Amino acid sequence: MISLNINQKNYHVDVSPETPLLWVIRDTIGLTGTKYGCGVAQCGACVVHLDGEAVRSCVTKVKRAEGRKLVTIEGLSKNNDHPLQIAWNEVSVPQCGYCHSGQIMSAVVLLRENSSPNDTDIDEAMAGNICRCGTYQRIRKAIHLAAEMQAKGRKKA
Amino acid sequence: MKQHFNIKALYFLHTKTINVLVVILSIIGIAISGFSVKNGIPRNLLPGEINSDSVASVKAFLDVYKVLMSPRCMNCHPAGDRPLQGDSGHIHTMNVQRGKDGKGLYALKCSNCHQPENAEANHAPPGNPKWQLPPANMKMVFQDKSAHDLALQIMDYSKNGHKNIQQLLEHARDTLVKAGWNMGKSHQPPPLSYQDFVAAWDTWINTGGYAPKQ
Repeated sequence: MISLNINQKNYHVDVSPETPLLWVIRDTIGLTGTKYGCGVAQCGACVVHLDGEAVRSCVTKVKRAEGRKLVTIEGLSKNNDHPLQIAWNEVSVPQCGYCHSGQIMSAVVLLRENSSPNDTDIDEAMAGNICRCGTYQRIRKAIHLAAEMQAKGRKKA
Repeated sequence: MKQHFNIKALYFLHTKTINVLVVILSIIGIAISGFSVKNGIPRNLLPGEINSDSVASVKAFLDVYKVLMSPRCMNCHPAGDRPLQGDSGHIHTMNVQRGKDGKGLYALKCSNCHQPENAEANHAPPGNPKWQLPPANMKMVFQDKSAHDLALQIMDYSKNGHKNIQQLLEHARDTLVKAGWNMGKSHQPPPLSYQDFVAAWDTWINTGGYAPKQ
């Protein structure tokens, strides 16, 4: 039995410790917002936060997540109102949408560590998240917008 | 009264002589033990003169150099701020960056993909719990270094990650160094066996850590 804390909720799952985390999140627990893309950490569709870092759950064994805090796209905000989610909606970033939970989870780490990234920062930070529809221009625009929203929020506070 | 003066003068002269001797001996002591440089190698890094053998040392380093220049070592000791990848040593996909601490940047930190252990799948990232590059403030570059320059760099405390002789010897036993010989199916190991590498590394350092001429 493996104990996990996902989106501030505790789960006890009867799986092999070697099982990829993505399978446990999607198939065992049923949080299907995180997607399977390549299975070898090359595309970024499966990114979740493990103690705040954007790990690729397809190659992360579930035993690595024991005793640590996991956040999936479902737990990023209570009302889908994280600045990045709002910006993604305003800019209408997705086309097919398949890669975008991974895109957003990676962008969260970027904005946490660099609150006002320039285009180069964004391109470099997001280079590990592939979008087959080619929505990169809109991804960049939405990250800039979310950064502005975060800055305004901070000024209000 | 005069005799008393002479005794005082003699006492003063003795004290002065002893002080001068102490100063001279201290300077010689410091020069021998600590801060002088021999062949570009700070002497405080040398294990001792007894085993010093420049011929054996240089010969051993040339074997060590073959390993250090292999992709398994050089890929994480690049000249730029991006790791290299694969047996061809191309720039790492995804434009992964060194970051301040050598562990990547933003969503592309090394351990986000490189797990504590190897993946069984082909083409999945090899694993190790200490996966990283040298930090930005001491890059310890191997790429494009001659054997001469690399030997001097490794034996230079101010350029080798502040490792003394003992720590340098231990570094060859480090789990991340060992990982070079265990990166799964998709990666060629270095040209020497791990045991031969450690033997050459130890010989090089224990015989004086000499640098080849070129």
